Amino acid sequence: MTTQVQETSVTTQTVVDAPIDHAFRVFTDGIGSWWDPGHHILEAELAEMVFEPRVGGHIIDRGTDGSECRWARVLAYDPPSRVCFSWDINLRWQLETDPAKTSEIEVTFTEDGPQRTRVVLTHSHLDRHGEGWEAMRDAVGSGWTLDRFAEVAARGTRDG
Amino acid sequence: MTNHGAVLTALADPTRRAIFERLASSPSAVGDLARQLPVSRPAVSQHLKVLKSAGLVTDHADGTRRIYSVDSAGVGAIRDYFEQFWQQSLARFKAAASQPTREDT
Repeated sequence: MTTQVQETSVTTQTVVDAPIDHAFRVFTDGIGSWWDPGHHILEAELAEMVFEPRVGGHIIDRGTDGSECRWARVLAYDPPSRVCFSWDINLRWQLETDPAKTSEIEVTFTEDGPQRTRVVLTHSHLDRHGEGWEAMRDAVGSGWTLDRFAEVAARGTRDG
Repeated sequence: MTNHGAVLTALADPTRRAIFERLASSPSAVGDLARQLPVSRPAVSQHLKVLKSAGLVTDHADGTRRIYSVDSAGVGAIRDYFEQFWQQSLARFKAAASQPTREDT
């Protein structure tokens, strides 16, 4: 897995030992099977995640108390090759309702042999999250980010 | 310019994290931080040194005092965060999506 950083976007890619249809399905429908369950902005614990398989749908986090958080809008849904969704969370880890202040994630799936799929994820327009980048000060001050940093650091910084 | 590994290492320590969080809410001098936290002044200074060399914290003189604050210059911090976030997430995805190859057995 390699990562390259551009001015206001981040690209990460990986190769999965699975056919393209399967990889796409796991990423979307099966998002709950791989998403870090500690990564949500619900008050309650995360019970399940739903990826609505259509443009205009959402990625929805459901809490154990029945609460819901629609933190992403599905912007493109082209199985098995591409999916795009928005990141409607601001740097204070609250839901962002102004689309002009949200960033976007594009994920492409490419066959790399019958049993291998290359998955490239680009998170772009990161600059939309900040009045300048000052808001990051608050973001890095929030527990979620730092806990993640700590967890990652504790595990070492292997790049898989 | 933040150094990725240094950022992670710097924030892996709970005391440094606490110091960093204080600075995120308000710039402070060493003495202020030592009063707010169960850590000695020299220890605070040492932690600040690590945070500063990781590019997370910056300082400036205010009379005889040195005021430390979170360095928000540049896009680096948020990119670092999301870079790490997606690397971890895709690693989890890879593990969930990969199927055992039968030919290997």
